Amino acid sequence: MHEWALAEAVVAAARQIAKKEGLKEVKEVVIKVGELQQVELEIFEFALSKLEAQGFEGTEFNISLAKTELQCRVCEHKWLFDKTNLAEDTVEAIHFVPEVIHSYVRCAKCGSPDFKLLKGRGVWIERLRGAK
Amino acid sequence: MVDPRKSIIDQRLGKIGRIIAVSSGKGGVGKSLVATTFALTLVQKGYNVGLFDLDFTSPSTHIILGAEDVQPIEEKGIIPPVVHGLEYMSLVFYTKDHATPLRGADVSNALIELFAITIWSNLDFLIIDMPPGIGDAMLDLIRLVANIEFLIVTTSSRLAFETVKKQAVLLQDLKVSTIGILENMKMDNNGCIQAQTGELGLRFLGGISFDPTVEEAIGDKSQLLGTAFARKVAEILGEP
Ligand SMILES: Nc1ncnc2c1ncn2[C@@H]1O[C@H](COP(=O)(O)OP(=O)(O)O)[C@@H](O)[C@H]1O
Ligand SMILES: [Mg+2]
Ligand SMILES: [Zn+2]
Repeated sequence: MHEWALAEAVVAAARQIAKKEGLKEVKEVVIKVGELQQVELEIFEFALSKLEAQGFEGTEFNISLAKTELQCRVCEHKWLFDKTNLAEDTVEAIHFVPEVIHSYVRCAKCGSPDFKLLKGRGVWIERLRGAK
Repeated sequence: MVDPRKSIIDQRLGKIGRIIAVSSGKGGVGKSLVATTFALTLVQKGYNVGLFDLDFTSPSTHIILGAEDVQPIEEKGIIPPVVHGLEYMSLVFYTKDHATPLRGADVSNALIELFAITIWSNLDFLIIDMPPGIGDAMLDLIRLVANIEFLIVTTSSRLAFETVKKQAVLLQDLKVSTIGILENMKMDNNGCIQAQTGELGLRFLGGISFDPTVEEAIGDKSQLLGTAFARKVAEILGEP
């Protein structure tokens, strides 16, 4: 599952931040997962728990979903990503590389593929709490 | 807010010997054809090679390879399929035959995503087919890939070389390593490009003539490797 690759990235980034900030111990990593990428939270959490061993014993990985907000650059229409009407392989393609949404989704108002992802794209670290 | 993906890229590329971006300030000069043939040549020499198509809006290498009915495998990341002995990755696996209209920030995001999730094996060479120009993809490679090397392709035309010259000077300024300049689709035998490459302090790798048999060989690996074009690529780039 490619959730592993994302979890590895989170752990590597958390390690870098901890080092930069001189933290001896990381208590909590607050992670946001944008709906667009359709990350399987269970696998993602499982991967994090396996990777935790590498210096993150006792770290709490606090994961929450974020809605994906899109806005058309042509007519400024704003909407939330919703996968219900998309084909399964389209959803899967977006899962791997969210930008391919531009190949499959158009603005509902004007039909343009020129829209921006305002928020809720992929996986990001919102904040990290630790002790020096 | 921290983007975790950048932190893993070094690790993903850590087992790769050399990473070479086939690039040009100009479009239509033969980057894709050179990159693909170069990669196949290295496979023939017995190296472990990957080919990565970063021209998201006009991907071509899958057509040159005739890579049909292949798809990456999802397993703790994305494992590229092997095509004619090459580990091969392209956004086309996800966009299929749809147009992919991407803005700069999207290009950058998709590029970072693919670098973060693609699991290459212990490659001797990763060859990258670049989009034209000195925009997002080139800047991202410089920023994200520690040992990136550029191979610059031009044609004999001043229209191509003037742009390529600026690119080469920029790369020199940024202290990014450049293997040299390759003159493709040479029409005559004047040494104009060679001389000007020398003036830039760069290596002139060689010239490749326009080969009318190439078009027919697109999509057929064996036929492609039998062309005069491919023999010349092997002669010039066989021992990079
Ligand atoms: N040496 C050559 N002889 C004949 N045709 C060539 C040669 N080099 C490139 N071509 C053709 O020129 C066109 C542009 O090449 P391509 O590799 O797509 O360029 P780029 O990737 O720089 O846009 C293609 O049709 C390709 O087959
Ligand atoms: Mg090309
Ligand atoms: Zn619109």
